[in-house]
Amino acid sequence: MDADVAARFAAVLQANRDALLKQWRAATVTKLRGRQTEAELAAQIEDVHGALVQAVSGGTPDLYGPEAAELRAVLTDLSTRRARVGFTPAETTAAVFALKDALFVAIDSDDAQQLRDYLAYATFVDEMGVYTFEAYAKMRESLITEQAEQLLEISTPVVKLWDGVLAVPLVGTLDSARAQVVMERLLQALADTSSPYAIIDITGVPAVDTQVAQHILKTVVAARLMGADCIISGIRPQIAQTVVALGIEFADIVTKASLADALTHTLRASGFELVRSERAG
Amino acid sequence: MERVPVLNLGDVLLVSIQIDLSDDIALRLQDDLAERIVATGARGVIIDITALDIVDSFVGRTLSTIAGISRVLDATTVVVGMRPAVAITLVELGLSLSGVATALNVELGLQRLRQALSDGTAAPAPSRDLVR
Repeated sequence: MDADVAARFAAVLQANRDALLKQWRAATVTKLRGRQTEAELAAQIEDVHGALVQAVSGGTPDLYGPEAAELRAVLTDLSTRRARVGFTPAETTAAVFALKDALFVAIDSDDAQQLRDYLAYATFVDEMGVYTFEAYAKMRESLITEQAEQLLEISTPVVKLWDGVLAVPLVGTLDSARAQVVMERLLQALADTSSPYAIIDITGVPAVDTQVAQHILKTVVAARLMGADCIISGIRPQIAQTVVALGIEFADIVTKASLADALTHTLRASGFELVRSERAG
Repeated sequence: MERVPVLNLGDVLLVSIQIDLSDDIALRLQDDLAERIVATGARGVIIDITALDIVDSFVGRTLSTIAGISRVLDATTVVVGMRPAVAITLVELGLSLSGVATALNVELGLQRLRQALSDGTAAPAPSRDLVR
């Protein structure tokens, strides 16, 4: 878009401001479905309009140039907000693309010059739409990364079950990154507390494939190198079947069906005997 | 050349490695231990590697060899105090220190030795008590 077209674009935008806004609002308001108030939408549209006018009035408009910084900020804000409250990507970009229809109404479509200009306007609005979509995707991605990190943080506690007995209740799928975190935490806890026993409980692990088994085996071997024994517990019937079907060998590692069995095993191994008191009957 | 001191503790030889273990020093330690086990008739060897940041494949193999040598000389070797990072590295390298008993610290290591000797699992003829 050259400077002349840009100037005409700015003029069209400003001259038809109210009509444009009205048309634009009308096209998007039907798709709100209660996720945003009409007033908020009107304010957003006005913001985009204002920023757009500013972006195109400074000579040759470039969406990634410095004069369009405000416009980019407004668009990012619009898509971020919409991503948070659950608008789909299509709905989010549609809010920007609605400007094209509104613009078409505003121009005189019988005038060839104006039609040619309109194509240039539309291209710019398309760019805006793509930018909005990108911002939306970026927002979603950061949300996912954030959640994955949180999950990594909260889902690997090492708990003390008894003097010298630690337990790691694993919940969720065990990928390499998580397995690494679990391994490091467990080994550190073993060193810190001088606990000779650790129980890895996999009740909450939805599936055990060769890779997951490999991770668990590595942890057990590392613990053994440090001088601690690991017991694997919480093996569900389904998982036991998969393990055998896949031909995974747990070698000489003690495995128990439940955490209680594993605890009993460690207590026995460390010389405790469980006796029911006479008084309890 | 630097060497790792070997301490006599009753029937047990205690080795606490406080320096970076180069290949030479590791080999010297292997020689020293073999001689000391024969000289003192020790029944157990505790090697404390708490201070070691790095255990490379050579040191790992030397530890295995020491365990093998002492087994031939009727003594049990326990490696104690391996750091988590060292354990992870060894596992990633695929080294499992075969034939080496391990414990978290010297105290648990002594306990383990005592147990092994009284069970008679590690040494076939438990003629003398570890604790006098």
